[in-house]
Amino acid sequence: MAKSKPLGRRGFLKGAAAGGAVLAAGAPAALAQEPAAPRNATARPNPTTLAADTGRRPPLASARLIERPGSDFMVDVLKTLNLEYLGSNPGSTFESLHESLINYGNNQMPEFLTCCHEESAVAMAHGYFKIEGRPMMALIHGTVGLQHASMAIYNAYADRVPVFMVVGNHADGAVRGSGVESYHSAQDMGALVRDFVKWDDEPYSLGHFAESAVRAYKIAMTPPMGPVLIVANNEIQSRPQTDMSLKVPKLTMTRPPQADDATVAEAAKMLVNADFPLIVAQRAARTPEGMKLLVELAETLQSPVNSSERMNFPLQHPLAGTGGPGYRADVILNLEVADASGAARAAHARGAKTINITAGNLFLKSNIQDAGHYASDVDIDIGADAEATLPALIEATKKLITADRKRALEERGVKLAAAHKQARNRLIEQAAIGWDASPISLARMSAELWPLIRNEDWSLVSWQGFISEWPNKLWNFDKHYQYMGSHGGGGMGAGLPMAVGGALANKKHGRLSINIQTDGDLNYAPGALWTAAHHQIPMLTIMHNNRAYHAEVMFVQQQASLHNRGADRCHIGTKLTSPNIDYAKMAAAYGIYGEGPITDPKDLSAAFKRGIERVKKGEPALIDVITQPR
Amino acid sequence: MKVFAIILALVSTAAAQTGNAAAGKALYNDKFMCYTCHGYSGQNGSGARLVPMKKDQAAFIAYVRNPAQPNRMPSFSPKVMSDAQLADVYAYIKSLPDSDPDPKSVPLLRDLIK
Repeated sequence: MAKSKPLGRRGFLKGAAAGGAVLAAGAPAALAQEPAAPRNATARPNPTTLAADTGRRPPLASARLIERPGSDFMVDVLKTLNLEYLGSNPGSTFESLHESLINYGNNQMPEFLTCCHEESAVAMAHGYFKIEGRPMMALIHGTVGLQHASMAIYNAYADRVPVFMVVGNHADGAVRGSGVESYHSAQDMGALVRDFVKWDDEPYSLGHFAESAVRAYKIAMTPPMGPVLIVANNEIQSRPQTDMSLKVPKLTMTRPPQADDATVAEAAKMLVNADFPLIVAQRAARTPEGMKLLVELAETLQSPVNSSERMNFPLQHPLAGTGGPGYRADVILNLEVADASGAARAAHARGAKTINITAGNLFLKSNIQDAGHYASDVDIDIGADAEATLPALIEATKKLITADRKRALEERGVKLAAAHKQARNRLIEQAAIGWDASPISLARMSAELWPLIRNEDWSLVSWQGFISEWPNKLWNFDKHYQYMGSHGGGGMGAGLPMAVGGALANKKHGRLSINIQTDGDLNYAPGALWTAAHHQIPMLTIMHNNRAYHAEVMFVQQQASLHNRGADRCHIGTKLTSPNIDYAKMAAAYGIYGEGPITDPKDLSAAFKRGIERVKKGEPALIDVITQPR
Repeated sequence: MKVFAIILALVSTAAAQTGNAAAGKALYNDKFMCYTCHGYSGQNGSGARLVPMKKDQAAFIAYVRNPAQPNRMPSFSPKVMSDAQLADVYAYIKSLPDSDPDPKSVPLLRDLIK
């Protein structure tokens, strides 16, 4: 079959006019009526324009039908990527693709989720990946939608999380309309976010779209992972397919980079010979398998593991922690630590050694400074994916451990277990501080919730940085999906939509999703509550309502002190009072069960039970709790 | 030396004043916003626990003027917080109940302790 060239505007006009002439001969009178004027006359030539261009009579309505739009083929491509969901706020730059997704694609794989803000769509995809380990798609409107999305894209980039994004555009200046279509078009759409996406492309044909979409998926999922962006030009979406022989390229995933054997052996020797090793894990366990491997390495070495950012290690494992008071690490193994400079400098000063394993070394951009400081005091710096390197490192350490050494390591392990137990009990005792206080202490709130979820298959889909990490201290985190960690770039407003995305991923597994939600974050884009209600995404949201952007209250107060001025005006710009926000009513407005505000800690348990009952029925629920600041 | 003597005199004067707890509550929660780091009950937060208050009033005021870790606890000069106001704050903190239960007496916590 001979390949046809894609139709240009002129070709389209000729074809449309000729088709109109053929159909006109036997067309019923009703069909001969002039079609309603398109929304933008210059984007799709109306009959008057056609007549002017061709000198023939206006075409019939049926002549404008597009049996097989390019966007149908785009859906064919997307279906090969096994994308379960897409989040989107509708926009005219992708209207053809939108229609193809829901009708031609039958709104399955991916299923269209209506989002009230592009930032929410991308943040949902961010949260979804952190639970499910698969990318979600975000479909974004040209220029305006992409700028809305940019904050969430930056968070995903900083968190090394893949998001598969498609953005619309009216690239062809000869076809695009004046006014709104021009405002929503860009010469180089990807430039708006290029500093913080891993890769982007703007295909010029359907074949090009297929190749770039598959390549984008592959790049996004190769460590260090990151969001990718493909521009779907409106002209390519809406133009009829002319080449019916187009194929979708086969997806072959890139294997994550692994350290070479000699360097792994050198690192293993340092770790086995260390008297006080310490493993520091940040974005290390990409998958549940990564957690198992880290446990195996820690138990092989009898080394404590200091885990942060996400679930890398079971938090009640006897080796969890930093080794207790007096444990001065002499060899530190950093696994996907974003900025190891400070700890490496301190280690070097006391004669300790530092080993880094991170794929972050393999991908840096110039403008955004998320790489942190240059770690000049690292002794072995391995540019490789930590999880992919762990099997070789475990094997190398096991080879070096003699029977005598094993006995010494086991003795160390006994001491570490005792230190872990002591540290954990101290934290639990601290939870009693202010136990009956009102506003309610975050420790009490976390402690009241734990017995209600501990026998469920639960998952905490919110970050703990603003709640003093009380769940970490009181709950038993031992599964990869039980915590998804931080937002990445520290962009506020990510909390709620990321939680909805995490809960979305948990839904099909029947897990109980818990979102401890800060009030300041919720108010950036509360429409994500509606998305949860509309798409029946079960999740219990518990408000950490301290009625402020509390970190900033403290920071401004500190500045007032430094400037020798009083703190009595530090509420300006930092507090969320006068009026207080009624989150139970807000939930109700979005169609969600809401309760509160709760000020007496004795009322917490019953309220949580009622919320959990709702969530178990498959719906979201919100309980507003007035809390201590931290 | 002269400065030290003046400070000593001021501290001694402050130590002699008895604060007003009700006035101190307003200062703690609103004007000085002590709660931001120490919690509304003087017990919770990123700052040190204030309840039970183990310092005497003079030592408390001296600490606010010159905290041990000024990068964490801001220092507050007499221009910003007078000794009389700090005496009120001190009286309020002293009035706060030290109501922490023994963790082993709280079922929710006792069950977690190993």
